[in-house]
Amino acid sequence: MKNKHIFLIARALLMARFKQTLVAAVGVTFSVAFFIALLGFMEGLNKLLDGLVLNRTPHIRLYNDIQQSSMQPIDLDTAYNDYHNFISSIKPTNSRKEIYNVEHIIKKLNTDNRVYGVAPKVTAQAFYNLGNIELNGLINGVDVVQESKLFNFKEYVFEGNYMDLQNRSNSIILGQGVADKMLAKKGDLIQVTTINGEQFSLKVIGFFRSGIAELDKVQSYVSLATCQKLLGKPNNYISDIQIKLNEMGQAPVIAREYEQLFRINAEDIQTANAQFETGSSARTIISFAVGIVLLIVAGFGIYNILNMMIYEKMDTIAILKATGFSGADVKKIFVTISLGIGFGGALAGALLGLFFSVLIDSIPFNSTSVPGVDTYPVDYGIQYYSIAVVFAVATTYFAGWFPARKASSVDPVEIIRGK
Amino acid sequence: MENKIALEAKSIFKSFCDPVKIDVLTDLSFSINRGDFVSITGKSGCGKSTLLYIISTMDSDYTGELLIDCELVSGKSEKELAFIRNEKIGFVFQFHYLLNEFSVLRNVMLPGFKYNRLLEEELEHRAFELLKKLGIEKLANKMAYKISGGEKQRVAIARAMINDPLILMCDEPTGNLDSKNTEIVFDIFNELVDSFNKTLLVVTHDQSFAEKTHRIIVMEDGRILN
Repeated sequence: MKNKHIFLIARALLMARFKQTLVAAVGVTFSVAFFIALLGFMEGLNKLLDGLVLNRTPHIRLYNDIQQSSMQPIDLDTAYNDYHNFISSIKPTNSRKEIYNVEHIIKKLNTDNRVYGVAPKVTAQAFYNLGNIELNGLINGVDVVQESKLFNFKEYVFEGNYMDLQNRSNSIILGQGVADKMLAKKGDLIQVTTINGEQFSLKVIGFFRSGIAELDKVQSYVSLATCQKLLGKPNNYISDIQIKLNEMGQAPVIAREYEQLFRINAEDIQTANAQFETGSSARTIISFAVGIVLLIVAGFGIYNILNMMIYEKMDTIAILKATGFSGADVKKIFVTISLGIGFGGALAGALLGLFFSVLIDSIPFNSTSVPGVDTYPVDYGIQYYSIAVVFAVATTYFAGWFPARKASSVDPVEIIRGK
Repeated sequence: MENKIALEAKSIFKSFCDPVKIDVLTDLSFSINRGDFVSITGKSGCGKSTLLYIISTMDSDYTGELLIDCELVSGKSEKELAFIRNEKIGFVFQFHYLLNEFSVLRNVMLPGFKYNRLLEEELEHRAFELLKKLGIEKLANKMAYKISGGEKQRVAIARAMINDPLILMCDEPTGNLDSKNTEIVFDIFNELVDSFNKTLLVVTHDQSFAEKTHRIIVMEDGRILN
């Protein structure tokens, strides 16, 4: 028995009940299409939302943490080495917040080929003066070029030119929330008080919107030099080094390595933002579950239709068996029918899914909290298409297998005798 | 090898157990030689169809021994039986049982697909030759449901012949045909036996048809009378 002839017979049976076949195939088509559209949309949203935070979070952050020394004076005294020393209420020493030897560290990082880029940063606590009122603030001093390259800084600056931060001294880009409270316009001078009590006037050259309103109410950006000036520190004062890697997954390992190498605190993104991974994977699991349920429902449709077809085609099955087709051959024929429906439906579904994705992708989506996006986000990952097609074909195989087994055990004598 | 045995049945018993045990066939033994043209007759319910299904290997639920072409077939697996049926037995039923989804030619070729000894072109040629012999070659490309009853039965005979079987089994082949078509079918059978040295086994009600065959097996109540 050649496969070609199995195909031939299967096709003839399919064509004989073309409408039913079509209904079954359309069931598969729609479930595959919705599976793809749903997952693509969900993953697109996931990426967008995660991107809000992850794109602006360094993969590794090097900093000096404020912490108690693990070696207390009593530990140095050999006389008490054999004792358990209980010291209560240890306070950290007045350690420096800046990173030592920052130039060399940055130079070293730039030669590491696992590193995509390095951006130094200084943060200063400050108050925005608004008449009598002082608003809490956090001013970030950044290297504008690096910040833009690594963390899409310019995407978030929605008014004004971000490069002016570097080109004009004493300039500031205010968070939208801060700007709204201060009624600040571009070109205004605002007063800032540092925690040391010094007052500065800074010129507003733009505004930024991060998508996280809570941050925008507090944060502002100035250049590195301006920030160092605010703090009254020399120009080698850097409190954070932000590192972006080529492979985000390596962050924990490399962070440990730098911690050893530079004798500094290193925090990796996975530790800092563990909750995002969890949220994404939970959403993905839910969409997979819904998609797979869709495919299983389509599978039941095929099961039904094949069952009906077998009842209708009892005579055909009986005569095939009487003329020497074995049960296995009959089974093959019906499984082929089912797989034919599955394949046809799944391929059409993949195309329709692509179409749905494009459709969703073109629906306008303007959200103030998400800058740089004007339509719904969709992920076109090939994996959704392949999973959907493979799963659809597998479902239809099983949906066809049971009716096929029934067909293979049809007793031709009973059918022929019944006439 | 003129009188070589084509089919032999040795003490075949068959009973239906549902709802009560009824013996349908009791201790049947007979043999058919190659080139025989045998008819089995008997009243309705005497078990002649049941016997046909058993010796055609479709029904394997019986006791006794059945040899086809001197090969014991009792107790073989469903797959092996299907293969034997395909290779050695041709079938003609009362109802034609053509597959409506296929053309006449394809219907004839169908058992050949399973047999798979010939290239498709050769098979097609052979099927066409058979149709020609039966005088229905112009129907070759028509769909099976578009032809008349007598023509359908002839197509069914062509289908039965496609694998050049050892023995042709017919269940009331003329039961549904008018006298003219019955005559045509009988002539075809005769020619198959005379010219092609086929073995024919026909189950029939039709006494006049049976009388024209070489040998008549008369059955009554699950036994052979003569």
